[in-house]
Amino acid sequence: MEDRNDSPPDREPAPPLMEKVLAALGELVIEYHRERGDDRIHVARENIAAAAQILRDSPGLSFDMLIDVTAIDYCGQPDGFRFQAPIMDQNRPIARRVSHSRHRVAMPERGPLPRFAVVYHLLSTALIHRLRIKCRVPEEDPAIPTVTGIWPGANWLERETYDLYGIRFSGHPDLRRIFLYDEFVGHPLRKDYGKQEEQPIQEYVGPGGHLPRRPYIGRTGQD
Amino acid sequence: MSDPADISPAGHISGAPGRIEPSEPGELPTPPMRLQFGPSHPATHGTVRIMLELEGEKILNADVQVGYLHRGFEKECESGYYYQNIPYTDRLNYSSPILCNIGYCMAVEKLAGIAITERCRYVRVIAGELSRIADHLLCIGASCLELAAMTPFLYLLEARELVWDLLDALCGSRVTTNYIRIGGVAADLPDGFADFCRRKLDGAMKLLHDAEKLLTGNPIFRERMEGTGTLSAAELIAYGVTGPVLRAAGVPLDLRRVEPYLVYDRLDFDVPVGEHGDNFDRYLVRVEEIRQSRRMALQCLDQIQPGPVDVDDPRFRWPGKNRVFNRMEELIDQFMLVVEENGLMPAGEAYFAIEGGNGEFGFYLVSDGTGKPYKCRVRGPSLCNMHPLARMIIGRQLADIIPTFDMINMIGGECDR
Repeated sequence: MEDRNDSPPDREPAPPLMEKVLAALGELVIEYHRERGDDRIHVARENIAAAAQILRDSPGLSFDMLIDVTAIDYCGQPDGFRFQAPIMDQNRPIARRVSHSRHRVAMPERGPLPRFAVVYHLLSTALIHRLRIKCRVPEEDPAIPTVTGIWPGANWLERETYDLYGIRFSGHPDLRRIFLYDEFVGHPLRKDYGKQEEQPIQEYVGPGGHLPRRPYIGRTGQD
Repeated sequence: MSDPADISPAGHISGAPGRIEPSEPGELPTPPMRLQFGPSHPATHGTVRIMLELEGEKILNADVQVGYLHRGFEKECESGYYYQNIPYTDRLNYSSPILCNIGYCMAVEKLAGIAITERCRYVRVIAGELSRIADHLLCIGASCLELAAMTPFLYLLEARELVWDLLDALCGSRVTTNYIRIGGVAADLPDGFADFCRRKLDGAMKLLHDAEKLLTGNPIFRERMEGTGTLSAAELIAYGVTGPVLRAAGVPLDLRRVEPYLVYDRLDFDVPVGEHGDNFDRYLVRVEEIRQSRRMALQCLDQIQPGPVDVDDPRFRWPGKNRVFNRMEELIDQFMLVVEENGLMPAGEAYFAIEGGNGEFGFYLVSDGTGKPYKCRVRGPSLCNMHPLARMIIGRQLADIIPTFDMINMIGGECDR
């Protein structure tokens, strides 16, 4: 596939985005990568709000749209994982076989790094460039500052990440579950939540803490 | 940090973006009324629930609650091989499933480093634009129906039937198409497709023209649509809104134009933008996009050259059945695809976004080097587009919810995943 970030031939090739990002953020960037045409920086979780503010307000960057917030349950593995498979090596023996069951999610081995990574995708609508930010978040204290004050659209995306991964966004104005119901136990996109685990749907408790009115159909002793 | 348990019992509306105060009590003071709109209201066809606080018909506060169609798409994808997840993507945006297929397959191709063939690019653009036409026709038609205009709904659905006939000829099915494959498509264009396509699209455009005559100048339709659901471009960008809703506010952000993929850089098309950012502009933008999609599909039919559609890579190409049954190599290839996790996907991650029916439709894939995605994240446009709905309706009338919700065109499958 072609690299979509290549500038068209009739235009002066712009300096790579990463240089501008590094110049603007300085010490805040822990490491940076360019992988398959996507630029990616790693930031410590306590610096995410400061970095986001700079990335939005710098004139050469102006990342004014937050495309996506999500998390990855790396189980402490590094970003490249341990099993580095070479591309299309016919002679490579098949190293390991996993179960063919469609219903089993293979639990990866634990690595030394913090367990989760929160991932932000940014887009500049004026300059049309993209950036990915990753922040590692440990399992014992899965919390990270919110970026709702910088991009209001982060509100629901962070609620979704909280709902499915259990990562708390400190300072979030309204951190509720968004897809699942409030009585749901656990966070289903974590790797240790089995795919076939079942939870009975709890009785709905309406506002005010009492059961809502029900129709009389099927009730006994009411009439 | 707010804890979900800390939310006040009466506070299902507590987190909404900005409550407005009721007006001064008159001679007959009435307390604000609370109303639950949806999730099974006929107009909330994506199963969404809106908790409203009303003073008369004026909306004081609103809390939009999504999630009634959450099916665990991302969890399901983690336990399937890459090719097995393609049918699931049909169910994300079920009114333009081919665009979802394209987004997923192109993300996998970016991850694996596959270069697809020239003819495949054209076939994908043709199929994708037909799918976009069907999506916009359904969106406009459903909006008319909910604004009590039955006739244009029937015209537009008939036009969509004609487009679906094309998709039927292409994919063998009409709704859940499952047409795009990793590194190719399921089947090449059938014989005589170009003429068939021109004829059917002409019929669809005639019906669209008839429906437009009934709608664009209609005073009832315009009064419901004009000036409702307005939000400024800066605010839409801050909320992450993309697609026709953003373009109706005057921002010409169309990934087909600004980040051209497939063959969009070779096609001649316009990006329609509105100027007011209200529902009527969103309607006009969608109508014009149907015409532009037809233009693109016809240009592709003129430009397309014969050649192979599938990439020549045994990791992903599905050999034809006749060859599987008669030749040893293809039998091995198919066996490796189906039974053996050959583990040839390189570790790493990739994000790829296409212009879907309602905005940026992106897939973020993380691979650990096995045959199954470690994480498959879908960035559907509907969740971000639904987010500012509360901002659009607070302070407006109750009846304004219907056209605003329709023109956002929330699709439950991709919003709730």
